[in-house]
Amino acid sequence: MNAPETLAVPQKAVLVKRHSIAVRLTHWINVLCLTLLLLSGLQIFNAHPQLYWGQYGADNDPSFIDISAVESGDTIRGVTRIGTLQLPTTGVLGASKDADGELTARGFPSWLTLPSYQDLATGRRWHFFFAWLFVLNGLAYLLYGFAAGHFRRDLLPSRDQIRPSHLLQEVRDHARLRFPRGDEARRYNALQKITYLVVIFVLLPGMVATGLTMSPGFDAIAPWLLDLFGGRQSARTIHFLTASALVLFVVVHVTMVIASGPWNNMRSMISGRYAIRTKEPRS
Amino acid sequence: MTMILPRRRFLTGLAASAATVSLGGCDQVVQNDSVRRVLRTAERLTMTTQRALLSQDALAREFSEADISPVFRANGTSMPTGEAYAELVDTQFRNWRLVIDGLVAKPLSLSLADLKALPARTQITRHDCVEGWSAIGKWAGVPLGLLLQSAGLAPNARYALFHCADEMEKTSDGSGQYYESIDLIDALHPQTILAYRLNGQDLPVANGAPLRLRVERQLGYKQAKYITRIEVIDSFATRARGKGGYWEDRGYEWYAGI
Repeated sequence: MNAPETLAVPQKAVLVKRHSIAVRLTHWINVLCLTLLLLSGLQIFNAHPQLYWGQYGADNDPSFIDISAVESGDTIRGVTRIGTLQLPTTGVLGASKDADGELTARGFPSWLTLPSYQDLATGRRWHFFFAWLFVLNGLAYLLYGFAAGHFRRDLLPSRDQIRPSHLLQEVRDHARLRFPRGDEARRYNALQKITYLVVIFVLLPGMVATGLTMSPGFDAIAPWLLDLFGGRQSARTIHFLTASALVLFVVVHVTMVIASGPWNNMRSMISGRYAIRTKEPRS
Repeated sequence: MTMILPRRRFLTGLAASAATVSLGGCDQVVQNDSVRRVLRTAERLTMTTQRALLSQDALAREFSEADISPVFRANGTSMPTGEAYAELVDTQFRNWRLVIDGLVAKPLSLSLADLKALPARTQITRHDCVEGWSAIGKWAGVPLGLLLQSAGLAPNARYALFHCADEMEKTSDGSGQYYESIDLIDALHPQTILAYRLNGQDLPVANGAPLRLRVERQLGYKQAKYITRIEVIDSFATRARGKGGYWEDRGYEWYAGI
């Protein structure tokens, strides 16, 4: 999103240059990485589909989330437990059909794991390869963001945007799927900016930090990570919850892209050009 | 704009790979040998980076008695098969010996009593399984470095290879026998011990009696149990399937620091 630069003025729409090449490239590499990290991450999760809090946690310790199968007559049922809440989730979580159509005990279903069958070693290879790509891509983006003023210019909410009355108005507009038009569409709205900043500076770095806290080697390098997250098992739980928050973000993000003009938004993230519709004809 | 073409090609490439992965062609991509080779490069990157950031003697976190897991989960083999091991258990490992040989000046053969008479280290550390769970236990044993030093390492010594009494998988060529290897950086680390006690008791059979490895900056599968022999070697390429350990031969990383 560079300084608006008018390129063409066909009647009511103007094309502005919205996303720089650095933003577009890192965005799509990130899409690839996060997709593969999620699928391989769920494969790794399935090796032990329980989450704990604290320094340790194994079968005999109380778990906080448990996605497993219980025997039920001559078949199995999938049960998801969150705290004391138990939900029957057969077919999706805890027990789902494998490639041969057989109901199998597995945390997440085969269509959500990479590879589709149980293979922790391969899941880990994919996870760590794309974790490296994700980290390098993220560092390149952060470097660019600060150096080129992208964060300050495009993502930091402007003074007029953080007034409570304005924020309230934005919430109302979002609820009605009413999106900014004209000059107001040249910048992100405040809710969008705040969300992006949280994703960029909290959720994504949080994924890396909690991931590294699970590494016995990295814990020897940076023992303070264990204190920050309250232990390896807490870090594993936060890793899972943060990933869930990112999935939720992507769902909302893609919904908003579609609701506010899928073609225009996609074009801006591919070619960089974004059409702004002015309220009145310019002639 | 010379950027356009490579960029387009790159984006098309990304889209194509994303499409292949999402269209159930997934498992085929996963099984492709060149893909596997490319993905394996991450292990080297992780190891190089961790080793660069890790001072040689940086310690794994040691915990207090209050942090010990109520139950220390046993994993992998919980009772090695075979009469030889059963007899060792029956005789409280009185006739068990640990052999240290290979690229050493003076091979050693030690009984459990010999090991217990040597200086010991006690440490309360976290055991991290590759599956994701952790258990904290108090280990006591002999620093491996002490034994290797007294055996005298040859100049070309590079790895310590652990021969174990447990057979994980029945195979005709013996490649189902558990084994592990670590390099000298980890072998000589102060927290790397050959443990004969867990939580103040003699090491239980399920946890690797009479002797198991503790290499605290790596994952659980590196912590070889039921050790019978430590062979100092310069390469593990010709052993079993050549990857340096039972799980490594089955796709897991040799450097299990993450």
